[in-house]
Amino acid sequence: MHDSSKKLSERIVIHVFLVFFSLLMAVPFIWMILTAFKTQTEATSIDPFIIFPSALRWDAFKRVTELLPFGRLYLNTLVLIVLRILFALVTASMVGFALGRLKFRGRGFAYATIIGQMMVPGQVFVIPQYLMLSHLNLTNTMFALLFPGLVTAFGSFLLTQAYRHLPRELEEAARIDGCSIGQTFIYVMAPLTRSALVALGIFTAVFAYKDLMWPLIVITEKSKLTLAPALANLQGAVSTHYPELMAASLIASVPMLLIYIVFQRQFIEGIASSGSKL
Amino acid sequence: MTHARSGLAGQQRRAQFLWGWALVLPTVAGLIILNIWPMIRTIFESFYKAGDFGLSQTFVGLKNYQMAFQDPRVLKSLRNALLYMLMEVPVSIFLALLLAVFLNSKIRGRSFYRTLFFLPMVTAPAVVAMIWNWLYNANYGLINHIIGHRIYWISDPKLALMSIAIVGVWSILGYNMVILLSGLQEIPKDFYEAADIDGAGFWRQLFQITIPLVSPTLFFVLVTRVIGALQVFDVIYMIMTRDNPALESVQSPIYLFYRFAFEEKQRGYGATVVVMLLVITILITIAQQLLQKRWVIYE
Repeated sequence: MHDSSKKLSERIVIHVFLVFFSLLMAVPFIWMILTAFKTQTEATSIDPFIIFPSALRWDAFKRVTELLPFGRLYLNTLVLIVLRILFALVTASMVGFALGRLKFRGRGFAYATIIGQMMVPGQVFVIPQYLMLSHLNLTNTMFALLFPGLVTAFGSFLLTQAYRHLPRELEEAARIDGCSIGQTFIYVMAPLTRSALVALGIFTAVFAYKDLMWPLIVITEKSKLTLAPALANLQGAVSTHYPELMAASLIASVPMLLIYIVFQRQFIEGIASSGSKL
Repeated sequence: MTHARSGLAGQQRRAQFLWGWALVLPTVAGLIILNIWPMIRTIFESFYKAGDFGLSQTFVGLKNYQMAFQDPRVLKSLRNALLYMLMEVPVSIFLALLLAVFLNSKIRGRSFYRTLFFLPMVTAPAVVAMIWNWLYNANYGLINHIIGHRIYWISDPKLALMSIAIVGVWSILGYNMVILLSGLQEIPKDFYEAADIDGAGFWRQLFQITIPLVSPTLFFVLVTRVIGALQVFDVIYMIMTRDNPALESVQSPIYLFYRFAFEEKQRGYGATVVVMLLVITILITIAQQLLQKRWVIYE
């Protein structure tokens, strides 16, 4: 498989296979874009079946921006992503350093809490988390969206692995230089976990962006939603207006897709490494 | 050990203890409040029934479970989730493995393919669902146009679950591929060179070299995807409207959980469904851990 002198026929088969799958992956996205620029008549014409819109029409985009406050939705999603990343990186680094580098009584207990949480499907926590927020009258707030992400078992685990793999000599050199434990953590060790932090940051951002159920539960005011659940509501409102639905999908996906295409290597390696380290 | 040294060591131990706990405390406290306590409470909830207006709760013991075991919706939802898992997981892992093997060679356009296949991972499932809902449309959808038949992909009870599984495979393929690819890159190339000399063909190399050597990664993907597939929700919630005649043969336990607990204010019953799924997930995960000795090879 790895030899460059591999048989020509084998190479052709591989390329055909890859091109076929590329089409399967790309066509749905392309169809979304094409439909977004069509009129309802063009989109639902069967005879003839219309593939390309007759002109670049922005009507569907205009209508959909009247139905959904995209500016606010973007802002809400962005604020949520930033806050979640901030909390995840800070708390997970603290745990990572403590569990990866320090020896103290209670360490096993902390570790067990983290591993235990990761093995339980997230929906088990949802009802009580919602009840807590509703008791405190905190539904329909940014805090409610952030709430389940205040701490992260997964991130703590990821960072513990990262800190564990740092060389011992560093710590000793820092101690000889007179660094306290806190200084060793912040100035010597933390900067070396950059790739794990990038991975966790990307993972957290994508997760917050994609999350559907939790925002639907804690947010009932339209202007406080994030993008994904707002689309769910839109679907209820304009169920068969396909150009509008596709235009809204496009508006909701473009920022993340652009960021992904620019930072694709970090995205793929980040998600893959945070996934496979579990 | 001299007295001075043990004093220093004791000081060091104390410092580590204080720092250690100061650093883990926010997370441990957070996990207890946000996860451990809620888990216990969800189990409690499953023994209660919401009173009028969902305000007061009455203890009903195992009644919710009795009800669930006789509720065709719940039983069918568990069956749906298992069937969905049996379709999505093997197909997506097998295809991902093939793609990963192909991309693990010096092939032209490697990073282009990787970027493209991974695209659904950064697309919201809400968007994915809307696109596929449109592709599947019986009257105007692209798929039926290409096939030339009017197939009711998402409203025929016999097809709908498979159609949802196709969306699931499409969504997760790139993720599985990227993780498997990172496992493949650790296999020494000489294995394949030796196999080439021996004249072993593609499939023999796949089954006798690649799969055994990548089996720890494969096992990881399998375990996480089984758990993920059993929790399927987003795509079903987005695609299956309430009036869809195929809803019963597609709705998953998490879909029912969401509906019971948050749309119909039957929190106790919702909790019951989610606890049942938790138990099933744990049992399947344990079974996989036990079976892994038979096929996973750790160096």
